[in-house]
Amino acid sequence: MSIRVVYAFVLRYLFLYSRNYVRLVELFFWPIMELLVWGSLSVFLNHKADGEVPQFVSWLLGGVILWDILFRAQQGVAISFLEDVWTKNLHNVFVAPVRPVEYLTAGILVGILRTLVAVTVLVILAAVNFNFNLFQMEWSLVPCFISLLLFGWCLGMFSSALIMRWGQAAEVLAWAVPFLIQPAAAVFYPLSTLPAWAQVIGKCLPCTYVFEAMRGVLDHQPLNWNGLWISFGLNAVWLAAAGLCYAWVLESGRRRGTLTRVTSN
Amino acid sequence: MPTPLLEVRDLHRTFDQQVAIDCLNLTIQPGEILGLLGANGAGKSTAMGSILGMIKPTSGSIRVFGMDPYHDRIKVLRRLNSSSAYSDLPANLLVWQNLYVFAQIYHVKHAKRKIDELLELFEITHLRKRVTGHLSAGESTRLHLCKALINDPELLLLDEPTASLDPDIADKVRKIVRRIQQERNIGILYTSHNMRDVEEVCDRVVFMHRGKVVTEGTPSEIVARFQQTSMEDVFIRIVRDGVIEDAQPTPSTPVL
Repeated sequence: MSIRVVYAFVLRYLFLYSRNYVRLVELFFWPIMELLVWGSLSVFLNHKADGEVPQFVSWLLGGVILWDILFRAQQGVAISFLEDVWTKNLHNVFVAPVRPVEYLTAGILVGILRTLVAVTVLVILAAVNFNFNLFQMEWSLVPCFISLLLFGWCLGMFSSALIMRWGQAAEVLAWAVPFLIQPAAAVFYPLSTLPAWAQVIGKCLPCTYVFEAMRGVLDHQPLNWNGLWISFGLNAVWLAAAGLCYAWVLESGRRRGTLTRVTSN
Repeated sequence: MPTPLLEVRDLHRTFDQQVAIDCLNLTIQPGEILGLLGANGAGKSTAMGSILGMIKPTSGSIRVFGMDPYHDRIKVLRRLNSSSAYSDLPANLLVWQNLYVFAQIYHVKHAKRKIDELLELFEITHLRKRVTGHLSAGESTRLHLCKALINDPELLLLDEPTASLDPDIADKVRKIVRRIQQERNIGILYTSHNMRDVEEVCDRVVFMHRGKVVTEGTPSEIVARFQQTSMEDVFIRIVRDGVIEDAQPTPSTPVL
């Protein structure tokens, strides 16, 4: 793997963001809106419940912020790829000496940057407006953060593979992929509240264990390491599957000749 | 004779049982410009895609610098470059930023100096800090050519470099292509629908029709063989009639 090639793609995003303020707004707008809506709703419901569910605000805001980590990581990989589709630059990338792993690594690094920037803003806003401090999770936050990043990259690779296979027509799916799994991932409620069949799906998703662990920690219970180990194990399986899927679609595109259609769309 | 930069032997490619390329043979020597001609759907883009390692041949072999571009993709792509009228560079970036990114991808030493040199060669130094999306078609083509030369390629693939250019800019581009070929002794595979381009720029031409090579030779040989007055007339004759039976091949340049 060439560090210089990875640097080239990361640099391209820094150039892009430094010149395009609209893209910077996009980075903050939706998470801030989501935080304000959910935060205000949870404060209202907590007030109505007369404090009977004391962790209500924490669970919802923690869910919003941790979900954003996963979503931004997915977007980092998928949007990096879409950027080349939108700008008709994909052809130049595919006929340049760029290995898929270099291209993906750059997307992952961009995803980390996007996540750190967006989450920092959310953490500050949540603290200022709703008196919610995500860092009350202390060091438990670190494995949760890593697990969500890993799963976000998996989803990003699947999204990119979808676009590579079906072209821009699949773009809408790329945006929708994280939300397809959100109901089963127990982001805002315990897994046990889901119907039995949805719980089975939820148990196959690494992020479900993170959200369950988050609620436990915010409820002043010790971190559920068993759940997190399952989460990391599942991440390993999902990462392998996503990598294989990405490589298979790329190879199949070359074999079938569909890659040139996607790159010249 | 030196090792050819590009050697394509008996290349076949089918898509869902439809033949896109049927027995294509090509060679490009250092310092040679080979024109690959044909109407839309003739198989030129498939041939280009195969040479660039983006399409796997159904059968036959491709050797670029003696290597298989499909299996030795990175090694091959480091030494060649391409420019296509159907791709763009990121529109939001400045001209120098786009070139700098590709300079890093191609591991160019002294990238800034190289970028200055290329901008000067194509007479677009004044566009260095211009947003790429704000360039005219002619300026954009010259930027693409800068990108295509950023790594001093030994083999250059130019896909319709003068498409949508006015005659003045098209003429400048042709002259520049000739100049870089002479100064740097690089091999160039050149596709175009502009027969003026072909007559002025190409040393040899391979004419494809419905996936097959129908004739090849120098532009003047082909014009004489088809008893026409220009390459444009030859192009129209081949595409409209779709036949070559009455063309008289010369023994040294066989009609396939």
